[in-house]
Amino acid sequence: MSKMHITTSINGDTTEFLAEADQTLLSALRDNLRLTGTKEGCGSGDCGACSVRVDGRVVCSCLMLAPEAQDRAIETIEGMADGDNLHPVQRRFLEEAALQCGFCTPGFLIAARDLLDRNPNPTETEIRFWLAGNLCRCTGYDKIVRAVQKAAEDVRG
Amino acid sequence: MNERVKTPEGRPYYKEIGTRPIRPDGVEKVTGSARFGDDFTLPGTLVGKILRSPHPHARLISVDTSNAKKIAGVKAIVTGSDFPDQPFAYTGPAVLERNMWHVTRNVIAREKVLYEGHAVAAVAAVDEKTASAALQAIAVEYEILPHVTTLDEALAPDAVLLFEDMITRGVEPAPEKPTNIARRANYEKGQIDTAWSSADLIVERSYETKPVHQGYIEPHACLAHYHPDGQADLYTSSQGHFQMRALTATLTGMRLTDIRAIPAEIGGGFGGKTVVYLEPLAMMLSKMSGFPVRMKMTRSEVFKASGPAAGTKARIKLGAKKNGTLVAAEVEMYYEAGAFPGSPFVNGVLCCVAPYTIPNVRLTGWDVVANRPKVAAYRAPGSPQSNFAFESTVDIVCKKLGLDPIAFRKMNAVQVGAELLGGRQLNHEGYLQLLEATERHPQYATELGPNQGRGFAAGYWPNAGGESGATVYVNADGTVNIATGSPDIGGSRASMAQMTAETLGISYDRVRSAVNDTTSVPFTHVTGGSRVTFATGKAVVAACETVIADLRARAAKIWDVDVDAVDWREGAAHPSSSNVGDFDPLTLGDLAARATETGGPIGSSGALNATGHAPGFSAALCDVEVDPETGHVKIIRFTVAQDAGVAIHPSYVEGQMQGAVVQGIGWALSEEYIYGPDGRLQNHGFLDYRMPVASDLPMIDPIVVEVPNPDHPFGVKGVAEAGMVTAMASVANAVADAVDRRMTSLPISPPKLAKEIAAGKAAM
Amino acid sequence: MQYSAPETIESALKLLESDDDARVMAGGTDLIVQMTSGMRSPSHVVDIKRIPELCGVVQTADGGWKIGAAVPGAELNEHVELKRDWPGFVEATDLIGSMQVQGRATPVGNLCNASPAGDAVPGMVAAGATVTVAGSNGFRDVAAHDVPAAPGRTNLEKNEFVIAVNLPPKPPNSGDAYLRFIPRTEMDIAVVGTGVFLAFGESGHVREARIALGAIAPTVVFCTEAADALIGSRLEEEAIEAAVLAARNACNPIDDKRGTAEFRVHTVGVLIKRSIAIATQRAKRQVGMD
Repeated sequence: MSKMHITTSINGDTTEFLAEADQTLLSALRDNLRLTGTKEGCGSGDCGACSVRVDGRVVCSCLMLAPEAQDRAIETIEGMADGDNLHPVQRRFLEEAALQCGFCTPGFLIAARDLLDRNPNPTETEIRFWLAGNLCRCTGYDKIVRAVQKAAEDVRG
Repeated sequence: MNERVKTPEGRPYYKEIGTRPIRPDGVEKVTGSARFGDDFTLPGTLVGKILRSPHPHARLISVDTSNAKKIAGVKAIVTGSDFPDQPFAYTGPAVLERNMWHVTRNVIAREKVLYEGHAVAAVAAVDEKTASAALQAIAVEYEILPHVTTLDEALAPDAVLLFEDMITRGVEPAPEKPTNIARRANYEKGQIDTAWSSADLIVERSYETKPVHQGYIEPHACLAHYHPDGQADLYTSSQGHFQMRALTATLTGMRLTDIRAIPAEIGGGFGGKTVVYLEPLAMMLSKMSGFPVRMKMTRSEVFKASGPAAGTKARIKLGAKKNGTLVAAEVEMYYEAGAFPGSPFVNGVLCCVAPYTIPNVRLTGWDVVANRPKVAAYRAPGSPQSNFAFESTVDIVCKKLGLDPIAFRKMNAVQVGAELLGGRQLNHEGYLQLLEATERHPQYATELGPNQGRGFAAGYWPNAGGESGATVYVNADGTVNIATGSPDIGGSRASMAQMTAETLGISYDRVRSAVNDTTSVPFTHVTGGSRVTFATGKAVVAACETVIADLRARAAKIWDVDVDAVDWREGAAHPSSSNVGDFDPLTLGDLAARATETGGPIGSSGALNATGHAPGFSAALCDVEVDPETGHVKIIRFTVAQDAGVAIHPSYVEGQMQGAVVQGIGWALSEEYIYGPDGRLQNHGFLDYRMPVASDLPMIDPIVVEVPNPDHPFGVKGVAEAGMVTAMASVANAVADAVDRRMTSLPISPPKLAKEIAAGKAAM
Repeated sequence: MQYSAPETIESALKLLESDDDARVMAGGTDLIVQMTSGMRSPSHVVDIKRIPELCGVVQTADGGWKIGAAVPGAELNEHVELKRDWPGFVEATDLIGSMQVQGRATPVGNLCNASPAGDAVPGMVAAGATVTVAGSNGFRDVAAHDVPAAPGRTNLEKNEFVIAVNLPPKPPNSGDAYLRFIPRTEMDIAVVGTGVFLAFGESGHVREARIALGAIAPTVVFCTEAADALIGSRLEEEAIEAAVLAARNACNPIDDKRGTAEFRVHTVGVLIKRSIAIATQRAKRQVGMD
C-alpha cells in the first residue's frame, strides 16, 4: 500500500506530508514532520503528553490517524508562542515552576490554554478535572494548578 | 572569601540563593524545543526494536535469527551471545551492590528468560514496520519452566529456582540448599530478646506492599552512533550519562574514551533511569549495521521490563513504656528483587528505625528473587516500604497509649551525635525542628468532619554525596558559563546558576548553566540520592572559588600588588585595605575584558567526592475522607515538612516535596503491579496502572524548614526523596483514624477497604 | 491498511461491503488503541466523521433527540437543551476518558465497542434509547440494550453500522442519572455503573422506571426486575431495598484487575440508591415538588 498524501494546516501553515494509512497523527508530527514538541508517553490516550488541538478541540494525537488530518487545522506546542512572546500559560508555568522534567509540559500547556479559551475563570476543581487527562509524575500538580490560576488572571486582564 | 551579612537568625544574607528565578532551560521546555531521549535523529538512522519473552520463566534453547536477517531492510540483529560475558562478582557498598554478570543478563537474556518482557533479541531495520516484521521472524525455542511471581511463591520450600546454584549470602553457616533468597542482612543493638519484659505494651503486626513503578512519563529512549574508527556517540535520556557510558562500555567491550555520552533532557526518572536497558543494545546494533540506531520503549515495555520498586512483606514488633518511651523494636522484612538479586532491602530495614532512639533493636532483611522485572531504585529506595510498616505500628502504639503522635516522635527522637545502625552517625540537626514545624501547622488543629481522619508519619532517608564535576568559564563580555555532569530532572540548572552567581558575586542573568557531555565535564555520578544540589553544587562552588582566586591574582597583577592584598566581594576585586593603594574595584567584567593581557582564558573545573551530606528527614500530615460504603479514600489535606538546609531555589524544593508526596499517595491508594496466574502483567498501561491524576488531589502544602548544613558552602541538604518516605504511612494512619480499621496491605484499594469496613472489626 | 472517509451513508456501506475486514471508525478512541497494541489489524478503516448527517444533534418532531453517530462527547456536553432533557445520559457520556478523549469519543462508538463497562451504555439504556442502524436493506431501529452481544461483539449484521442514537421525548416529572464507581476520580474504566430513569405520577408515585447496570455482566443489564420494584411505589425504603436486591441478583460479575466480583455486587447496591436519589431530585425539581 503506498503512502497517502495529506494536506493540512499546522499552526496556521498549509502543510503537506506523506503518511501510512495506519500511522497516528502523533507519529506523523514527530517522525515525518519532526515536530517533536508533541510527546509520546503512552500511545493509548491515557497520559495526554501528545495533546494537540484539531479544529478547536483538544485531542490525543496518538488516538487520531494521520489521514484524518486532511483539511483540518492542527495546533501544536510549537505554535503556541507568538515569536518571543510566550502565551500567558507558558509564562506562568515558568514563573510558578510548574515543570520539573518538562516532558508532560507541552500537553499540559495545550490543554490548559484550551480551558482558558473556553473559561477564563475556572475554579480549582474545574482546572483539576479539565487536566485529569494529563499525567504529571514530577510536580504532584500543585504548581501546575497554581500556574493555570495565574494565567487565568492574565487572560482575564 | 565572600563576605556575607548574617541575618538576625544567624543565616547569611544572600542575593541569589533563596530567590525563584526562571530556570535556564525553561523556555525550551514550554515551547517544545527541548530535546528528550526520543527527539534526536541523524541521517540514516535505523529503528531498533526488542523481541521480548512472553514467558515468565523458561530456558532459552535456541534463538534462530536466520529468517529475520533475510528480510529486506533488516540491518542487524543481536542476541545475548553477541555481548562479552561478565565476571560473577558483587561489587560496591553493601547498600548498593552490583554484579555485572546479572546486569548483562538483564539487558539481554542468555541461558534463561526470567520474566515476561525479558529481552531475547534486538533488531535494527530501516523502519518500524520492517523491524516489527523481523521480530516476528525470529524463532525462539523455549523450555517453559514453572514460575514464581510473589514473595510467598518464591519463598515456598519447593519453589522453582531462578538460579539453581544460589546460596543465601549473609547467613552463617552458609545454607547447603539453594533457594530464591539471595542475601540476608542483620543488624542488632542492645539485648532485644530480654528487652521485651521491660515494655508495658508490645504491639506486633504484619504488613505487605506491592511492587509499584516509578511512572516517569517519558519512556526509555536512546540513539547510538558507532563510527568506523571505534568511536561512538550515545544520546541518552538518563539520570547519569557517565553511568550510561560506563555500563554501555563494559557491556559492549568498549573503552570509556570510545563513547561520548550526550545527555538528552530526561522526562522523569525517580531512580528508574539510573539503570541501563537499551543503550548497549543500540550500540551493538549500530556497530554491526554501521548506522545510527534509535531505540525507545513502549509504555507496555516500560512496565514489563524496566524497574519497579520492590514489593515487601514485613513483621514489626514494638515495645514501649506506658509513658511512650520505646524500649525495643524488631523488624523483619522481605524485599522482592525481581529477576536478579539486589533489592534495596538493606537501606529499607535501616531507615525505618533511624528517626528513633531505641535501646534494643533487631533488624533482619531478606533479598528474594522472583520472575518479575528486576527492581530499580525508586525515590528513597527501600525506605517507603519499611516506613509504612514501622510508622503504622508506631501509630497503633500511640493510639493504644493515648499519646499525641508528634509528641511521641519528639519524645523518642534520635539525637544529634547518635550512632545509627549500619555504621552511620547522625551529624546534623533538623529533625526536631521539622517535627515542631508540623505540630504548629494549622492543619494539625483543623477539626475533622464525619468519616474523616488524620494521619501522621515521620521518616528518614540517608541522602548521598559522592563524585561530581563542574566547569566554569568567564567570557570576554563578563558573562559566565557553568557546566555540570548532572542531568537536570527538576530545575538543577537553575540552582547551579544561583550558586555560581552568589559565589562570584554577579547576577543570575549573567550565568548560563548547562549539562554537558562526558567529554567536556569531569566525571559526575548519577542524579540520585538527593545529591545534586549538595554534591554537584559543591563542585560548582569549588570551580568558582578557583576562578575567584585567579581573578584576584589578575587584579593583583594589574595593580602590581600582592595577591593577598586583593579581596573579592560583590563581583569585583577590591584592595583589602586603604594601605594597599587607591584602586577602583575591578569587576568581573573588567577583568574578563582584560583576560588576554593578564594570562589568557579564565576558567576552571571543580571535581570532588563530596562528603558531609545531611540525611533527609520528613514528616507528613494527611487528612482523608472515606466513603464508608465504597471504601473510596479522598485526600482532603496534606502537609509535608522537610529540612532543606538552605533552599537554593525554594520553588523546586517545594516541587520535590509535593511530587514525592503524590507518588506516595499513589503507592498508598491505587498503584500496584497485577500479575495473572500465568505470570504475565495485566496492567501494563496508564489506564489500569493507576497513578494519581490532578482531580484526585488537593494542594500539597510544603513546610520547608531551613537548618543550614555546615558541610556545604550554602548550607544545602538533599530534599528529593525523603518526602515520599512518609506519605504511605500517613495515608494509612489517616484511614485508620477515619474508619477505625487498620489497613496493613497496600494499596488501600476500595474493594479491600470496603470489605474491611463491612467486616466490622476494630482497628486495634 | 486502507483508510477511507466517505461523505455519504451509501458510500460507507459500499466500502464495508467491498472488504470483509473493514472496520467503521467514529471517534477511534477504542479502535486506534486496539490497532496500536496489535489487538486488531483491520485491512480497511472507514471513518464516518465526514458524513454530514452523522455529525449533528437534532430534536425530532415528537420532542425526542437524534444524535449522529459521529458526534463526540464534548459536543453533547455543550448542548444545553439535550443536557436539560437527559442529564444522566450526557453525564454518562462525559465520564468516558479525559477531556482529550471527549473531543473524539462518541456514545455510539462506546455502544458498538461492546465493552461491558462503557459508561454511555447504561446511560442510554436507562434513557430508553434506540439506535438507527444502516445496512444494505435500508434502515432499522434497535433498542440500545440489544446492540451488545458479548464483550467486543455486537448483534449488528455484517456490513451494518449505527448512524444515530435516538432518545425519546422526556416525559413530564421525570429524571435520569448515571453514576459509576472508579478507584480514582477520572480516567478509569467503570468498576460498576448504574443508570436510572424515573418518571413520577401526579400523586408522587413512580409511574415509569428503567434501570441499567454496567460492568457487572458480559453486557449491559437492562434490569426490569429492579425497575418493577420501584414502579407504583413512592420510593419507600422497602421499595428501594427491593430494587437494590433485584439489581444485585442481576449481577453476573467477574474478579479482574479493576475490582472483585464481591465488590461489584456490593457497589451496585450503593450506586443504585444514589442514582435513584439524583434522578428523583431531577424529576421533582422540574415541577417544584420539593
